[in-house]
Amino acid sequence: MATLHTVNKSPFEMNSFDTCLGLAKSGSSILLIEDGVYAATTGHSIADKIKNTSGISFYVLGPDLQARGLENKLADGIKVVDYDGFVDLAAEHSTVQAWL
Amino acid sequence: MAEVKKFMYLNRKAPYGTIYALESLEVVLIGAAFDQDVSLAFIGDGVYQLTKGQNTAGIGMKSFSPVYMALGDYEVNKIYVEKESLEERGLTLDDLQHLVWEDEDEDYAEKDSIRLVSRAELADVLNEQDITLSF
Repeated sequence: MATLHTVNKSPFEMNSFDTCLGLAKSGSSILLIEDGVYAATTGHSIADKIKNTSGISFYVLGPDLQARGLENKLADGIKVVDYDGFVDLAAEHSTVQAWL
Repeated sequence: MAEVKKFMYLNRKAPYGTIYALESLEVVLIGAAFDQDVSLAFIGDGVYQLTKGQNTAGIGMKSFSPVYMALGDYEVNKIYVEKESLEERGLTLDDLQHLVWEDEDEDYAEKDSIRLVSRAELADVLNEQDITLSF
């Protein structure tokens, strides 16, 4: 019963990512999309939170990262997926929860 | 000639996720036609508007990133970036586009448009403005 969580808000503007991280169960996945991709970059407090989290798989939508010019700032341990990969993740998990 | 006023466009939102960044640019370009004293400030997630290497081909949206480069041609050359906002996001000036303008009083010498300022310095700049438009 693993859940795919999607976060589309900047972690610096909204607490969606923090709330998601606090409630996501071990074994679930978090996919960062749209302005949520800012959580996937290096060198800030959110990056440390991701690094210190175990049991959750982190993904980021590549096209949203590229649009924002941040491909070279991607933190370690976060897998990049394209739109097909997004669909695969949705299919592989039993539910999808969007944190708006 | 009417009195020249100091206009500040305050940008606080990341690009593409919402329409604010693009709308701000549109208003700046319209305003540039009226020969006012224009400044832009980028704080908070607004600093993300200026990152270099933006490629929106994959998300089916038009990139407005190149427009920032053209601001110098519209005599919009006071672009304040808050240092703390960059640091909080793990960014440095090197992650941003190199924005320049040509000074016609100095034989069109190319000069930097971006002024990296502290929060306290920016507070002073904001305090000097006649009109502040927030996006």
